[in-house]
Amino acid sequence: MTISIDSKDSNTKSLQPKGWLRYFSFSLDHKVIGIQYLICGFLFYLIGGTLASAIRIELASPMSDFMPRDVYNQVLTLHGTIMIFLWIVPVVNGAFGNYLIPFYVGARDMAFPRLNAVAFWLIPPSGLMLVASYFVEGAAQAGWTAYPPLSITTPQSGQIIWIMSVLLLGGSSIFGGINFIATIIKLRRPGLKLMQLPMYCWAMLGTSLLVVLSTPVLAGTLILLSFDIVAHTGFFNPVLGGNVVVYQHLFWFYSHPAVYIMVLPAFGLVSEILPVHSRKPLFGYTTMVFSIMGIVVLGLVVWAHHMFTSGTPPWMRLFFTIATAFIAVPTGIKFFNWVATLWGGKISINSAMLFSCGFIINFVFGGITGVALAQVPFDIHVHDTYFVVAHFHYIVYGGTVFIIFSSIYHWFPKVTGKLMNEKLGILHFAITFIGFNLCFAPQHWLGLNGMPRRVAEYDPQFQFVNQISSVGALLMAISTIPFLVNIFLSIKNGKDSGDNPWNALTPEWLTSSPPPVENWEGEAPLVEEPYGYGNPISQEN
Amino acid sequence: MLNKNFYLILIISAVFGISFWIGFNVNLLPVEASINAPIYDELFKILFIIGLIIFIGMSIAVIYSLFKFRKRKDQYGDGIALEGNLSLEIVWTIIPSIIVLIIGLYSYNIYDRMGGMKELNHSHEMMTSNTEKIWAGISQASNNEVASNNLSVEVSAMQFAFLFNYPKGEFISGELHVPVDHKVSMKMESKDVIHAFWVPEFRIKQDIIPGQPTILNFTPTKVGKYPIICAELCGPYHGGMRASIIVEEESDYKDWFNKNTKTEVSL
Repeated sequence: MTISIDSKDSNTKSLQPKGWLRYFSFSLDHKVIGIQYLICGFLFYLIGGTLASAIRIELASPMSDFMPRDVYNQVLTLHGTIMIFLWIVPVVNGAFGNYLIPFYVGARDMAFPRLNAVAFWLIPPSGLMLVASYFVEGAAQAGWTAYPPLSITTPQSGQIIWIMSVLLLGGSSIFGGINFIATIIKLRRPGLKLMQLPMYCWAMLGTSLLVVLSTPVLAGTLILLSFDIVAHTGFFNPVLGGNVVVYQHLFWFYSHPAVYIMVLPAFGLVSEILPVHSRKPLFGYTTMVFSIMGIVVLGLVVWAHHMFTSGTPPWMRLFFTIATAFIAVPTGIKFFNWVATLWGGKISINSAMLFSCGFIINFVFGGITGVALAQVPFDIHVHDTYFVVAHFHYIVYGGTVFIIFSSIYHWFPKVTGKLMNEKLGILHFAITFIGFNLCFAPQHWLGLNGMPRRVAEYDPQFQFVNQISSVGALLMAISTIPFLVNIFLSIKNGKDSGDNPWNALTPEWLTSSPPPVENWEGEAPLVEEPYGYGNPISQEN
Repeated sequence: MLNKNFYLILIISAVFGISFWIGFNVNLLPVEASINAPIYDELFKILFIIGLIIFIGMSIAVIYSLFKFRKRKDQYGDGIALEGNLSLEIVWTIIPSIIVLIIGLYSYNIYDRMGGMKELNHSHEMMTSNTEKIWAGISQASNNEVASNNLSVEVSAMQFAFLFNYPKGEFISGELHVPVDHKVSMKMESKDVIHAFWVPEFRIKQDIIPGQPTILNFTPTKVGKYPIICAELCGPYHGGMRASIIVEEESDYKDWFNKNTKTEVSL
């Protein structure tokens, strides 16, 4: 099929504001929308990070003395919701997906540019609404899982605003998912086969399938929950004969795949970054594709491992144990393949590479505790404790957020035409890596020894380890300073990067940096070997 | 070549050695105070050792590659054009599959030994009077001789306290007293939101769900006072929702039991 853009679209594009103003407009350019996602997500990351710091300050002492107990519950609820729905999901999907996918398939834009802009512009208002709910009657305070009956009995306005904003964010996510599927399947440049696509396309295809299949279930669940709250129906209200465990099944049917919605795109991004900086082809392309699809299929049938203590029949516990543990197999394949990609390369040790390798180490650790948590007898002791908190932060922070930073260092020259400062970047990595591990590794011990999660107070015997964790959190907060300084310095005074500073072969680098509005001056190049490093052909480039 | 293999074997055995040493010598868990606890700790030790081997091995591989294959100042060009190795990829698909399968079967065995796969004993006194559906938590394999000797307790949880009803003595206590080495069978119900009953030293946890009774059985093995912790977010004072379980010698327990029963009668 051919790529054509009708004259009306071209007109609207040329009429749009130029320069920094375009980032505040209803732009239809996928590159502008990608940057909008990234910056909007980062601002919410700063808010969510501030809330995380408040949690760690509260937990630096055993007593509940920093903030009132109900405010503490609002803080942890907002922290979880913001980090998941406003930072990680929009950034690894929306930001990088929008910026890169059209390049990767050889298109001039996404399949549905207006839907794309709508998907982005749903995010800032719903995010602000969520944060503002604190000033109404207090924000939601039932945790990001919003388990009834707690979510039905806590102050209603906060919970209802929480439901509305999560519904809008879920809608935005579904719009994005549909757009990615359509773009990857239908907008490929003539001659480009599916098995020639860069790995991030496959990751986004898998992720978007999960988004489209599971997010509507969350939406339905939350609508039923809102009926219980405002119309006093009894879907999940035990007083009226409702069943609270049904909510958990429905909620986790989305929220476990949500973990893969957060990590699969990161798997895709790291598969782009490692080959470029180690000057080697991606090891085992085909097995990588199959393992992504394996994770997608398995990811849909493991949700009940979040409910091993809720009262589930024994056969169900057994099934979900085996299914969950088996996700380790396709995931393991990917990690072995990445290490094999490094092996025998000519590795440039720069910020992007260090964050990617930090990701591998952190994620392997989180994956191992994940296999342990999948075992019913193991999980029964540590469920709902700090062990679980540590585990999922190793996955979503040590995994995905490390890759977000890695990707920013990798694609910054693409977006701006400037290089980032490597010394500040390596400093950023060092503080983040040490701070992160200092913060979360000790929490495994806390969970094993009797500290439940979501508490504002704890036994004095846990004080020392909690203080270590708080020091780690402080380092993580500090680590954003060299990063922000680096971003602003590099935009202002960064060295010119040229069009392709990494000598990369993936299609986004085969145009000018920053790219023109329609991505390529002429026809989109046909890239049959996006990882053809080490071949004689690539030596010439 | 021989030299290279020698170093590889040396490193692998060192990784295994260190992992086993840490696994056997570093204790990350609290006191073992129930029949479940040693079984749990056995599983933990195995998972800990396997996890350490994989984690240390992968970390060494990454750090070694970064060091060994780093680009030197005078180097240009690419690495080797290695696009994959099917037999290697099959190896690292099959070996993890086998490990995961063995872990799964082993933990099934552990869970069975904890009593989790046992059907609930329907002739149990508490359940005959009840037609409602009951969900089981860990329910220990009970020898029939012990069953007659069971201690039954009804637990009610509410924001933000646990209450323990002893049906045989017709009294309610805020502390859970149990005799050591006796099977305790608890029927738990919540008055408001979801709570959870967790005793870290026993390695057991079960949610307490409104409108849906749950059963939790355990056998304490060590005299002492342990915390009962609510593990499910239940409101502002969730962190303060605690009670104590006091495991005591049978004679002490009987004294306590009789004392409480008497006061109830004299009222």
